Amino acid sequence: MSPFAKAFRTHSGLAAPLPIDNVDTDQIIPSREMRRVGRDGLGLGLFAGWRYIEANERVPDPAFILNREGFQRASILIAGENFGCGSSREHAVWALAEFGFRVIIAKGFGDIFFNNCLRNGLLPVVLPAAEVDRLLEAVRRAPVSLTVSLLDQTVRRDGVEGALSFAIDPFQRRLLVEGLDPIGLTLKEKAQINAHIERDKAVRPWLYREPEAN
Amino acid sequence: MAETMFDKLWEQHRVLTDADGLDVIAIDRVILHERTGGVALQSLAAAGHQVAYPDRVFSIMDHIVSFRAGRGRDEARMPGGETFITETRALAQAHGVTLIDTDDPRQGIVHVVAPELGLVMPGVSIVCPDSHTCSLGAFGALAWGIGSSEAEHAMATGTLRLKKPPQMRVWVQGLLTAGATVKDLALAMIARFGTAGGKRCAVEYAGPAISALSMEERLTLCNLAVEFAAFTAVIAPDAVTFAAVKRLGYGPTEAEHRQALEHWRALHSDPDAVFAHELSFDASTVVPFITWGTSPGEGGPLKGAVPEGANPRALDYMGLSVGQRLLGLPIEGAFIGSCTNGRLSDLRAAAVVLKGQRVARGVRAVCVPGSRAVMRQAEDEGLDVIFRQAGFEWGEPGCAMCFYAGGETFAPQSRVISSTNRNFQGRQGPGVRTHLASPAVVAASAIFGAIASVEQVQALPILAEQGITA
Repeated sequence: MSPFAKAFRTHSGLAAPLPIDNVDTDQIIPSREMRRVGRDGLGLGLFAGWRYIEANERVPDPAFILNREGFQRASILIAGENFGCGSSREHAVWALAEFGFRVIIAKGFGDIFFNNCLRNGLLPVVLPAAEVDRLLEAVRRAPVSLTVSLLDQTVRRDGVEGALSFAIDPFQRRLLVEGLDPIGLTLKEKAQINAHIERDKAVRPWLYREPEAN
Repeated sequence: MAETMFDKLWEQHRVLTDADGLDVIAIDRVILHERTGGVALQSLAAAGHQVAYPDRVFSIMDHIVSFRAGRGRDEARMPGGETFITETRALAQAHGVTLIDTDDPRQGIVHVVAPELGLVMPGVSIVCPDSHTCSLGAFGALAWGIGSSEAEHAMATGTLRLKKPPQMRVWVQGLLTAGATVKDLALAMIARFGTAGGKRCAVEYAGPAISALSMEERLTLCNLAVEFAAFTAVIAPDAVTFAAVKRLGYGPTEAEHRQALEHWRALHSDPDAVFAHELSFDASTVVPFITWGTSPGEGGPLKGAVPEGANPRALDYMGLSVGQRLLGLPIEGAFIGSCTNGRLSDLRAAAVVLKGQRVARGVRAVCVPGSRAVMRQAEDEGLDVIFRQAGFEWGEPGCAMCFYAGGETFAPQSRVISSTNRNFQGRQGPGVRTHLASPAVVAASAIFGAIASVEQVQALPILAEQGITA
């Protein structure tokens, strides 16, 4: 079981900028940081290639955003285009969550990464490029507190009038708001799934028998 | 209503559509590997779920198995890595799924093994917690990469619940000319349209250039669809596909074959089917290609230079500057293998270049066949002798040096040319500078000790003919 809360309604926290496009999951959690079978113990490995001068000794690189004064406690990450592209490793999401991130705002996400976020209570928010650029500029010098509400699908800057709206699929929204168990939900459809398989056996019998010896 | 091939695949697997408009899609096959699959089996058990259809789940060891010749049963590429192998093995056995272990004669990279065993064929839905699962769309299958939690869902329910992705057709006209490979085509398209160019779509590759590709070439093309931000890729099955489907193992038997063919022949887009996005590309313009940056889209012609406006962050990591020519850049490493280019035709293409030549001093050159079956066939043809005599290491099948998970690898800041799929920072080791290219260009560069073209090798004398033994 994941140690993280799977539900998400609203979150207020400090935002950190990562104004780089195509941040792949190898950067988010290098494979060498995945040391055992499991979902935890990954927070220290988050962005290890960028965060440490010497990854084995965990010597922090003071230039990296999450090591800078005020940004260490960031819980909202603002990124560029195609964030989380590359490897399917869900470890990238587990590492971000364990570090303390609850929201990632980006111009776009890798597909598998996006789905992995939803399964772990990490909210991925897609905003238009110009709005992301404005947010990046606003948080560049010092961390700014944002409030992200999944209930009304908005991002607000503390002390600034107005809100940015974002879209999310209704099922994905419900999954997070209600902290649903997707497996339990689908298991309720067992009868329909079995009926589908029975119909398919007549159409594609070769998928439903013991393999021949090679 | 005219349908695309993807519409047909989707509809055949659609169990129901829920109130939110998401579809529950029946999953015919789930493939796992020890890196991300073990944790899925572990979490499944912890949540009190069972594998609903264990005969549809296949657990294959590939990611961190050692590629050292004569490797031990639990030997991993990095210290501590054996736990992934032993735990995944124990979990697979406990859940009663098919296990293809490190010493199994069928072992290899999941996406190389799936076609060999007949696990993939036109019309099957097949998922794996591995982003390169899109490779298998080359067979006209509904194949895509997922996360570990989704793998749990697929195993516990025999389905996945998701929104049908939008669709794109990439029409590839013309034909590849001599010297250009499908790897060059794929890299050129990603460079042209961008690493987000696939717009999260199910991409159908079609057109004369695609019809002319062999099955292995199609697998390479579809493999790289994820680097193009596609949900997955598909190619309509044709005579090339039908001939490639293994009719032993998990494929249809002789008696079932006629029924299967009838089913498979219907899997093509109707002439007036509509796609949300259409792109076109001319294969006849493709020349040997190489990446210079840290994203698969950051590449250009092998005989070109780092372009104006190149991403400074990438150039800093790669130790390059704008205007610098790529041919002649000294390399310290060369790797041939992976789910992109680790199949028999890839090894043959490299062997043609390597025959009678010798890897340059100071270059570590490694070839790792994609599977045991590929390795056996290559050895039957004597390719291993050509690789070894040239100075390549000949490794045991697996993902090997395509990615770094700890343990030994190329030195930091070393320049490596690789037949793989990702040139991300640190992908092949901390600080390692990866250039992606075709197997033939990797082989040529290994010989020169610098990025080189196949023509440059053709101009060299053949060592063996001069009476020099390698």
